[in-house]
Amino acid sequence: MSKNIREELERWEKTTLQKVISKAPERQPSFQTTSHIELKRLYTPLDISELNYCTDLGFPGEYPFTRGVQPTMYRGRLWTMRQYAGFATAEETNKRYKFLLEQGQTGLSVAFDLPTQIGYDSDHPLAEGEVGKVGVAIDTLKDMEILFDGIPLDKVSTSMTINSTAAILLAMYIAVAEKQGVKSEVLQGTIQNDILKEYAARGTYIFPPLESMRIVTDIFAFCKDHVPRWNTISISGYHMREAGCTAVQEVAFTLADGIAYVEAAIRAGLDVDSFASRLAFFFCCHNNFIEEIAKFRAARRLWARIMKERFKAKRDESCMLRFHTQTAGCTLTAQQPDNNIVRVAFQALAAVLGGTQSLHTNSRDEAYALPTEDSVRIALRTQQIIAYESGVAEMIDPLGGSYAIEALTNEIEKKAMEYIEKIDAMGGAIKAIESGYIQGEIAESAYQYQKEIETKKRIIVGLNQFQIEEEPLRDILKIDPEIERYQKEKLARVKKERDNHKVKQSLAALKRAAQGTDNLVPPILEAVKAYATLGEISDTLREVFGEYRER
Amino acid sequence: MSRKIRVLIAKPGLDGHDRGAKVIARALRDAGMEVIYTGIRQTPEQIANAAIQEGVDIVGLSSLSGAHMSLFPKVVQLLKEKGAEDIVVFGGGIIPVDDIPLLKKAGISEIFLPGTSTEEIIRYIQETIKIT
Repeated sequence: MSKNIREELERWEKTTLQKVISKAPERQPSFQTTSHIELKRLYTPLDISELNYCTDLGFPGEYPFTRGVQPTMYRGRLWTMRQYAGFATAEETNKRYKFLLEQGQTGLSVAFDLPTQIGYDSDHPLAEGEVGKVGVAIDTLKDMEILFDGIPLDKVSTSMTINSTAAILLAMYIAVAEKQGVKSEVLQGTIQNDILKEYAARGTYIFPPLESMRIVTDIFAFCKDHVPRWNTISISGYHMREAGCTAVQEVAFTLADGIAYVEAAIRAGLDVDSFASRLAFFFCCHNNFIEEIAKFRAARRLWARIMKERFKAKRDESCMLRFHTQTAGCTLTAQQPDNNIVRVAFQALAAVLGGTQSLHTNSRDEAYALPTEDSVRIALRTQQIIAYESGVAEMIDPLGGSYAIEALTNEIEKKAMEYIEKIDAMGGAIKAIESGYIQGEIAESAYQYQKEIETKKRIIVGLNQFQIEEEPLRDILKIDPEIERYQKEKLARVKKERDNHKVKQSLAALKRAAQGTDNLVPPILEAVKAYATLGEISDTLREVFGEYRER
Repeated sequence: MSRKIRVLIAKPGLDGHDRGAKVIARALRDAGMEVIYTGIRQTPEQIANAAIQEGVDIVGLSSLSGAHMSLFPKVVQLLKEKGAEDIVVFGGGIIPVDDIPLLKKAGISEIFLPGTSTEEIIRYIQETIKIT
């Protein structure tokens, strides 16, 4: 059969196609994806002639999971609609969560402010001007109690974008649950806890890499026994993509980081099948619709193969790449902001066609500020329209078998693997980050992307073509600067009312654990329950571990 | 031949989003300027000191975290206190338009918003800094 297709293709190229092309050349001499994959004009069975259905695609819920991680996918349960939210104080953010849950959101996702993410209390000099700006300010367990007031933690799942202070926030979450009468064993959610990409792109590191990796693996070990339904890490490509890398680089750098975590956990004495099923992933969904769908499928298959072949995982669950997706913030334009609604819709659709487990859709006004309630409602409605109206959730991997999708899936997997081999040769992801290699690759791609926009090689509607005269958006969410004072007062009150002797004791115990090899999570949990502040706990660890400085 | 324009690109505060800062640093370098990039998490004090030590003509501040109102004016003020008010300070990032007049009043020479081309920033610096 394939001989006939080849002959027929050649005939078509020489006759029908040639007749048109000789008169009217195509729009561009060549077409490429963002990862510089040269796109063919037409994909045919010839491009996937090597594909073995059973070993390369298989069936949903089975290795290598190319077609999806669950046997019924969205026919069974829709993806979790999870809007990343948090601003100002715990009081304000609690209101936003209740609003989102009323609007039909199915999971929570907490955005913390930068001081909380970097281990400073709201009254620290470096926190000035940052309190409550990009997320909610959490200083003590008191704030966390307010944040989840009236939200039953045995019913919702909560994702927390928190990395170098992940152990502290997880401990606070467990403590709040306990106060609600909910056992840690039933808690469901995710902490990002992906410190490697913080050095590579996002920047909220505190400690040097080795000490950070110890905290990460301590969390794996603690959760395995005490919070078994919790995703202990969300290995994230999102931020590296936002910092400018391509789709192929996103897959490669994320999975390379994943390999480093698995290696660290195995070195710490954990059996691969005891923790691997709790690893989760987080990807970006950018503009190139077909490339993004192929990217998710390629990532799923490649991770499955790495877990089975490299780490000899025995359980299928250990090989399953489950992921959250957020639409690409860097594609939002300040110009004609309503266009962003359309961009986000396409990106969200690609994420669903790529088989995401949960999704955040960005809001139209996020090139200006954190979203208003109205904007975030449209973003959530976008997901609901895809889920309930578009029909794409009614069958599994509907684009599987498409010549183009399968060819690109193969190509992305191959190119990402080449990168991973290069990183292996450098000694792994930690070494590649310490030497600045990954940061350099990201910066290079970001610069090329910007140049393509400025030379109009890449058209962004409303930005470098189809512009209009317009006024910048003024109806945006503003954070009242007064909240910084309010937050500091609340913190001072907690410090006055708590048992300071108990705080001192718990911090001393934490220090001893940090100096030795005991798991850090139990002493952090004790400190949190004594209302030690996030800054005090972080400082205790800073004293022992030191701080990382960017090269 | 006249000397090159010297620029400090800086990230004040705790914000780690440095894609824009890095792209602009490289574009200015490609346009023939001497560029020093501070890296992330710099205090206004560190930025002012670096600007003086490096003898730059102009400082570009980038912030996407919303802390610009407390951080940008502080850099200008510190430069003034240290007798370096001739160093021009401009900024960019996620900055609400209503904040721009206030920042300009505090001595920030210009604010660039999302969507600005690197060419526009290069032109602005070349027109603002006249090397003698």
